[in-house]
Amino acid sequence: MNTMNPSIAAKAGAGEQEPAIAVPESRPEDTVIEEGKTVGKPFAGDADSPKFKLRNVSVSYGNDRAIKDISLDIRRNEVISFIGPSGCGKTTFLRCLNRMNDSIEICRVTGKLMLDGEDIYQSKKDVVELRARVGMVFQKPNPFPKSIYDNVAYGPKIHGLANRKSELDEIVENSLRKAGLWDEVKDRLDAVATGMSGGQQQRLCIARAIAVSPEVILMDEPCSALDPIATAKVEELISEMSESYTIVIVTHSMQQAARVSHRTAYFHMGHLVEVNETNKVFTAPEHELTESYITGRFG
Amino acid sequence: MTDQTQQAERVRRSLKRRYRKESRFRAYGMLAIAIALGALAVLFADIIGKGYAGFLKTTITLEVDLDPEVMYLDDPTDPKQVRMADFVAPLVAAADDALPGATEEDQDALRRLINPYASTELRAALEQNPEWMGTTRTMTFLAHSNVDVYVKHEDDAAYSIKLSEQQQAWVDDLVERGLVDTSFNDVFFTNGDSRDPAKAGVLGAIVGSLLTMIITLLLSFPIGVAAAIYLEEFAPRNKITDFIEVNINNLAAVPSIIFGLLGLAVFINLFGMPRSVPFVGGLVLTLMTLPTIIISSRAAIQSVPPSIREAAEGVGASKMQVVLHHVLPLALPGMMTGSIIGMAQALGETAPLLLIGMVAFIVDPPTGFFDASTVLPVQVFLWAGSPELAFIERASAAIMVLLAFLMSMNALAIWLRKRLERRW
Repeated sequence: MNTMNPSIAAKAGAGEQEPAIAVPESRPEDTVIEEGKTVGKPFAGDADSPKFKLRNVSVSYGNDRAIKDISLDIRRNEVISFIGPSGCGKTTFLRCLNRMNDSIEICRVTGKLMLDGEDIYQSKKDVVELRARVGMVFQKPNPFPKSIYDNVAYGPKIHGLANRKSELDEIVENSLRKAGLWDEVKDRLDAVATGMSGGQQQRLCIARAIAVSPEVILMDEPCSALDPIATAKVEELISEMSESYTIVIVTHSMQQAARVSHRTAYFHMGHLVEVNETNKVFTAPEHELTESYITGRFG
Repeated sequence: MTDQTQQAERVRRSLKRRYRKESRFRAYGMLAIAIALGALAVLFADIIGKGYAGFLKTTITLEVDLDPEVMYLDDPTDPKQVRMADFVAPLVAAADDALPGATEEDQDALRRLINPYASTELRAALEQNPEWMGTTRTMTFLAHSNVDVYVKHEDDAAYSIKLSEQQQAWVDDLVERGLVDTSFNDVFFTNGDSRDPAKAGVLGAIVGSLLTMIITLLLSFPIGVAAAIYLEEFAPRNKITDFIEVNINNLAAVPSIIFGLLGLAVFINLFGMPRSVPFVGGLVLTLMTLPTIIISSRAAIQSVPPSIREAAEGVGASKMQVVLHHVLPLALPGMMTGSIIGMAQALGETAPLLLIGMVAFIVDPPTGFFDASTVLPVQVFLWAGSPELAFIERASAAIMVLLAFLMSMNALAIWLRKRLERRW
């Protein structure tokens, strides 16, 4: 672990897979964003009291600085996507938001990270409580090798959210309904979760995350291991969930960023190059690095 | 020729070479397996060939005349006198009656056809059934161990040297008349050790092994698993934990007799624990097994996919919940397999137990953890060193019992692993 490459550490062993069939690699000639067409979604929420207020955040793995002095506000109930070439630090940055980097010993985070005005990296902050408020969905579907029911019920159980079995049943049903999985699995809640298809597993992981009623959901390339149909379902889900949650999504697919997010942040070599309304980022990028990336000149 | 066909030709040639290499490699593997299986087959054939007779006992059926006069009894109704009576005389007389050719001078040779403990059995039978006094009864006694091996190995001259030619003729005669019987040796499984091979059994050693293993399992599994979990999940990576890790790995390679010396010096001399008891044996074997269990448990923990850990952390599980709810259940099959392999090693261990006195000659099976006893491998060691052929035979039989023990433990390990294994 001593000489871990930051990009490897951040990816935690998962392969770089794009949903190649559905979303072709963007090249100049087939750029997603056609002239004059509006992408992204208008944000109706309050932009003045941010959910996350991040100031001068730097992350280093040993002597490697993976994130360099990033400041960013994440608004309440918005969907913000992080895009950028591999190794640019977007996943590392995402994992700072619920302190998932804590388990990497050589990882050091500096700067101010405020969730609702409270510093999440202060020493007395309880990381368990933080993660109950900031849920996470990972790149590779990672259901527990238990039943579907137990997967969803696990979070509420350990946080003591249900006093009775009936309450727990209700939470499980609601979460699975929100994740659009209820109709598919209601007859086999006792089945082992790892026996489901990849797309179902990922939606189960989303159901598991929302079962503890978090305020923020972090998604680390949630569709990179899924086929186009499953991807479409998850994206639909993200759009629905944006009404009640703040969602931060890391994606390699610009089309996905364009489809689901209100705002888009472009990362490059550990710097936050540009963050703006998704529409603006894709139609009129301010920075030439952003433009090069979204037009497919690199990345 | 074009470049492409040249290339294809080259590939074809290299392919041939590769296939040759592959089949050679496969042949080496098969040879290795064949050697291993061959060695195993020779071992088993030898042990079973030598030891199967240990599972058989020889008995002699005699018409015993319980005449008070023969037993030198003045008053056959006095229990005190009956206890002191001569019970060898009626046995010898019965053998004499059964063998018409025997004379007065042959008394000693006749006596040595029957097991030395037969008189004790006869007395016990008579004390239980006083009404037998003065009657003639048909009774079955264990044969003398020399007769035992002679009957079981008729074809092998090596087994007859302890019997005189006359004795051999008598035994042959008795066999012919159907008075000598060979049957399953229940005595071997119901008795402890004995000076007389015909009366010697493995019960004491089995119980001793069982008690020792219980102590070893109860101590080494929890301690080993706890140590592995701490080292893998909670301990900071620094010089001290590195030092501990190196030492655990070294301990796994320490000769077991060193652990015996340690047990002798610390548990017995320093703490004043009793000698020869399963409790101390269990402690010593725990020390010996711990490194194995810790190492295999750590490997099992490491093999739990990090994604499961992240998933649990992601929904807000605390460190301990991650370990108890997710890591431990997934690592448990591996931990158990490692532990049972460690236990199997401990079960076959002799050297450290010799040093803490579990090598003593103990007749009665132990009744508790602080009762002097021996264990199966030590029992094998004791019998194998005996000059008597009948004991050598029993050593082989005891080895088979030990192997059966080990195989059932391994079967248990496989069963547990299959039952607990989960996909992820």
